[in-house]
Amino acid sequence: MNFNLKIWRQKSNKVPGSFQSLFVKDISEDMSFLEMLDKINEDLILKKEEPIAFDHDCREGICGTCSLMINGSAHGPQKAITSCQLYMREFQNGSEIYVEPFRAKAFPIIRDLIIDRSAFDRIQQAGGFISVNTGSAPPANTIPVPKEKANQAFSSALCIGCGACVASCKNSSASLFTAARIFHFSKLPQGQAEKTNRVLNMVKQMEKEGFGACSHTGACSVSCPKEISLETISEMHREWRKAFLNKTT
Amino acid sequence: MSLSFFNSSHIPSGPLEEKWDKAKFSYKLVNPSNRKKFDILIVGAGLAGASAAASLGEMNYNIKVFVIHDSPRRAHSIAAQGGINSTKNYKNDGDSVKRLFYDTIKGGDFRAREANVYRLAQVSGLIIDHCVAQGIPFARDYGGLLDNRSFGGAQLSRTFYARGQTGQQLLLGAYGALMRQVKRGTVQLFTQHEMLNLIIEKQKAHGAVFRDLITGKLKSFKASAILLATGGYGNAFYLSTNAMNSNVTASWRCHKKGAFFANPSFVQIHPTCIPKSIEGQSKLTLMSESLRNDGRVWTSKIKGDSRPSHQIPESERDYYLERIYPSFGNLVPRDVASRQAKFQVDKGYGVQNKEAVYLDFSDAIKKNGLKNIAEKYGNLFNMYQRITGDDPYKTPMQIYPAVHYTMGGLWVDYNLQSSIQGLFVLGEANFSDHGANRLGASALMQGLADGYFIIPYSLGNFLAQNPDSDFKESLFKQAEEESKENLQNLLSLKGSQTVDQIHKKLGKILWEHVGMIRDKEGLMKAEKKIKTLREEFWKEAFVPGEAFIKNQELEKAGRVADFLELGELMVQDALTREESCGCHFRTEYQTPEKEALRNDKDFSHVSAWEKKSSKENWILHKETLKFENVKLTERNYK
Ligand SMILES: Cc1cc2nc3c(=O)[nH]c(=O)nc-3n(C[C@H](O)[C@H](O)[C@H](O)COP(=O)(O)OP(=O)(O)OC[C@H]3O[C@@H](n4cnc5c(N)ncnc54)[C@H](O)[C@@H]3O)c2cc1C
Ligand code: SF4
Ligand code: FES
Repeated sequence: MNFNLKIWRQKSNKVPGSFQSLFVKDISEDMSFLEMLDKINEDLILKKEEPIAFDHDCREGICGTCSLMINGSAHGPQKAITSCQLYMREFQNGSEIYVEPFRAKAFPIIRDLIIDRSAFDRIQQAGGFISVNTGSAPPANTIPVPKEKANQAFSSALCIGCGACVASCKNSSASLFTAARIFHFSKLPQGQAEKTNRVLNMVKQMEKEGFGACSHTGACSVSCPKEISLETISEMHREWRKAFLNKTT
Repeated sequence: MSLSFFNSSHIPSGPLEEKWDKAKFSYKLVNPSNRKKFDILIVGAGLAGASAAASLGEMNYNIKVFVIHDSPRRAHSIAAQGGINSTKNYKNDGDSVKRLFYDTIKGGDFRAREANVYRLAQVSGLIIDHCVAQGIPFARDYGGLLDNRSFGGAQLSRTFYARGQTGQQLLLGAYGALMRQVKRGTVQLFTQHEMLNLIIEKQKAHGAVFRDLITGKLKSFKASAILLATGGYGNAFYLSTNAMNSNVTASWRCHKKGAFFANPSFVQIHPTCIPKSIEGQSKLTLMSESLRNDGRVWTSKIKGDSRPSHQIPESERDYYLERIYPSFGNLVPRDVASRQAKFQVDKGYGVQNKEAVYLDFSDAIKKNGLKNIAEKYGNLFNMYQRITGDDPYKTPMQIYPAVHYTMGGLWVDYNLQSSIQGLFVLGEANFSDHGANRLGASALMQGLADGYFIIPYSLGNFLAQNPDSDFKESLFKQAEEESKENLQNLLSLKGSQTVDQIHKKLGKILWEHVGMIRDKEGLMKAEKKIKTLREEFWKEAFVPGEAFIKNQELEKAGRVADFLELGELMVQDALTREESCGCHFRTEYQTPEKEALRNDKDFSHVSAWEKKSSKENWILHKETLKFENVKLTERNYK
C-alpha cells in the first residue's frame, strides 16, 4: 500500500512546528501504524535526515504511551483502540493521512509527536490512591465486595492515562481521566474513608494544571481506547457537589 | 574461580521456616528520626521499584526515583496479564507455603536458592492483603470474595487476577502509593531520566549518573544506597513480548563496575504468543498463560497438513501436551510447553507448515458457555483478533513461543544486595528466585515481595551499619566524563546501518543459538558472530542528531551497544553450563524421552560472572546451591 503522510515536525516547544509531507510506498496491510513510522524512520535515517520522534512502548494497548492524533481523531478513526493497535489494513490505499501530537495547553510539545503529560501524575498525587501503609492491611477477605461493584470499579480502573480524552475535547478537559480514578475508588468499600478530600483535591489539581471545564459533549468517551463511560463524570460531579457542601457546612 | 565470595550469600542458618524471622530479628534498625538523613536512589518504578519507593517513603527515608518513562505508570509491569500467585488457599485445595515453595523450586528445575524461595512463599499472602486494601479490583465470586485460577506448573488454583489486566491493576496500586509519597515530600520523582553509570569506590556504591532524556543533560546524585529495579533484558533478542524500551543498560553499567551478573543465559521463552507474521514486525504479543486453563493445545497428526483447522477431524488431532503429560496436561510449565511446540513444528506438524500450533477453546465454550469464556478472556480474544484478523471464538488461536522473561540478572545475596556494597537489585533485574524457569504468575509476586516486604527491612540493616556516605567530587566528575565520552562515541557513528538493523541481527543470532535449544557447536558459532557484529556496530552504525535534545536513536544506540556485550556473556554462560535444566536445553544432555537432563553433581550452582575491566575476560564464580529440604528429582509432569 502507498500513503501520502503529513506529519507534524517540531524540534522543541521553543520553536514553531509545521507539517512535513512524506510519501511512503510498499506498506504491508498487516503492519501496525507505528511499524509504518518505524519504516519511515529507517528510511529517513539512512538518508541522513532526522527521524520522527514519537512516543510508544508496549505496543499492545496497555501502557498508554502512544499518543497520535490521526486525521483529527485521537488514536485514529477506529473505536476502542490505541494508536499502537491500529493496522494499515484500516486505511484506503493511496490516502492522505495527517499525523499530529495530542494537543492541549497542559500537554506541552517536547519534540515532533511527543508531549509532556506530567500534569496527569500531579492529578494522581492529589488523591489517586487509598492511604494504606505497607504492613497495615487487614486479611484480604475481611471485607467482601459484591461482584457487581468490583466489576464497576474495574471498568474505570482500566484507564491507561493516555490523554486521548483531553486531546479530543474542545475544552481540553481532563474530566474523564480524573473521574475514572475517582469512580474506581468510590465503588469500593476501601475507598470510602477519603472520598471527600479525594474528589475535591483531584478536581482542584486538574483545574490548576490548565485543563478546561467539562461541557458534556462526550467526545472524550468516544475517543477513549478503554471506553471509560461518561457515567464516571456524572458521578464525579455528584461527589464533588456533596463534598463541597460537606466542607462548607 | 574464587569460591570465597559466596560464603557471603548471607542466608541465615537454622530451619527453613525460621530463616526469614531470624534474619529480620538480626537486622539492625534505623531510628525513625534518623531516616531522613539517608539519600536513597531508586532506579526504575515498575512493580518492584514503585513498591519499594512507596514503602521506604512511608518510613520517611529521603528518596529519589528515576524512570526512563514519562510516568512510573508506564513501566512494563503494566502489561502483565494473567495473575499473581499467593498461598491463601481460598479454594481449600490444599495449598500452603510449603507447597508454593516446592512448586517454585521444582518449576525452576532446582536451580534457585531454597531460602529465597521459601521466603517468597511466606510473604505472598501479605501481598494480596495489601493490594486489596489499596483498592485493586481483583476478580471476585458471587459472594464477593476473591476468586482464583490455575497457572502452569501447579495442580491447584492459587492465582489472583484482575481479568487480563492484573499487572496494570497492581502497578496502578503501587503507582498510587508512590504518588502519595511524592505528595508527602518523601519521594522526588525524576521521569525521563536514564541511569548511565554507577559511581563506586572500593566496591561500594556512592551515587549514579543519569541522562535527562529531554534536555540531554547529565546529572549525578549521591546516595547512601541505590536500588536497581529496571526490569528484564529479553529485548536483547529484538523480538520479544517486552516493551520496546525495556533494556539492560542500568544493570549492565553496574556489571561493568563490578556487580556480578548471574545466570545470564536463563531466558524464558513463553509458549503462547502470537506468531511472527511480517518482516518489519517490531514486537511479539503474549497471549496469557491463563488461557491454558481452558484452551487445548494441538496440531494435526499428519505431517505437512495444509488443511484449515475445521477440516481436521477430531481423530486426526494430536493434543500432544495431554498425550505426553497426562497429569499436568496443558498446564505443564512454560519451558516444557515451549520445547514441545518447537519439536512439533520441527517435525513438520506446524499449522499449515508455519511456525505455529493451535490453542483451541471450542470445548471450553461448549462446556462453560461463550459468556463465561468472554468474561475470563475477553480482552485477550479481542487483542488476538485485532492483530491477526481471526476470531478465536470461532477458530482456534495460532500460537508460538517467544522470548518473554529473564530469570538471569544481577547477582544478589539473601538481603537483595549485589556484589557491590550499597547496590541492591529488585524485581526482574535480579536473578534471585526462579532458578532455570519461572512459573507463571510468580514474577508479579516476586517484584512486590522484594519491594513491599523484603527491602524495607534489609535496607535498614545496611544503612544502620553504613551511616555515612562521603561525597567525593572527583569520583563524580570521572563517572560523568565516562558517560559523556560514551555518548560522544555513539554520536560519532556515521555508518550506513540503523541501530535497529544491527539489533535485529543480534536478535536472530540469539534466537537461533541461545533460544529454546542450544548446543556447543551453535554456541561457538554465536560467540564469533556476536563479536563480529559488535565490531560492525562500532564501525557501521549510524546515530543521527545531537546530544542536548530528545534523541531516541541515541537512547537506542546506547542500549543496543550494551545488548551486544550482554549477548556474548549469555553465550559464555550457556556454553559453560554443560547440562540441561529448565529453559536451558542443551541437545547433548537429554533423557531418552527428550526431557532436560540435569547434572546435579557438577552444576547445582548459580553462575555469577565478574568483569574486572573491559580488557579482561569474564571470571566465573560459582555459588553452590544446597538443598536441605527438597529432594532433587527429575522434574516429572507426567
Ligand atoms: C506481556 C507480559 C505479560 C506478563 N504477565 C505476567 C503475569 O501474568 N504474571 C506474572 O507474575 N508476571 C508476568 N510477566 C512478568 C512481569 O510482568 C515482569 O517480570 C515484572 O512486571 C517486572 O517488573 P519490574 O518492576 O522488575 O520491572 P519493570 O516493570 O519492567 O520496570 C522497569 C522500570 O525501570 C525503568 N528503567 C529501565 N531502564 C532504566 C534505566 N536505564 N534508567 C532508569 N530507569 C530505567 C523503567 O522506566 C521502569 O520504571 C509478564 C511479562 C510480560 C512481558
Ligand atoms: S480516560 Fe480514556 S482517553 Fe482518557 S486517559 Fe484514560 S484511557 Fe486515555
Ligand atoms: S504503546 Fe503502549 S498503549 Fe500504545
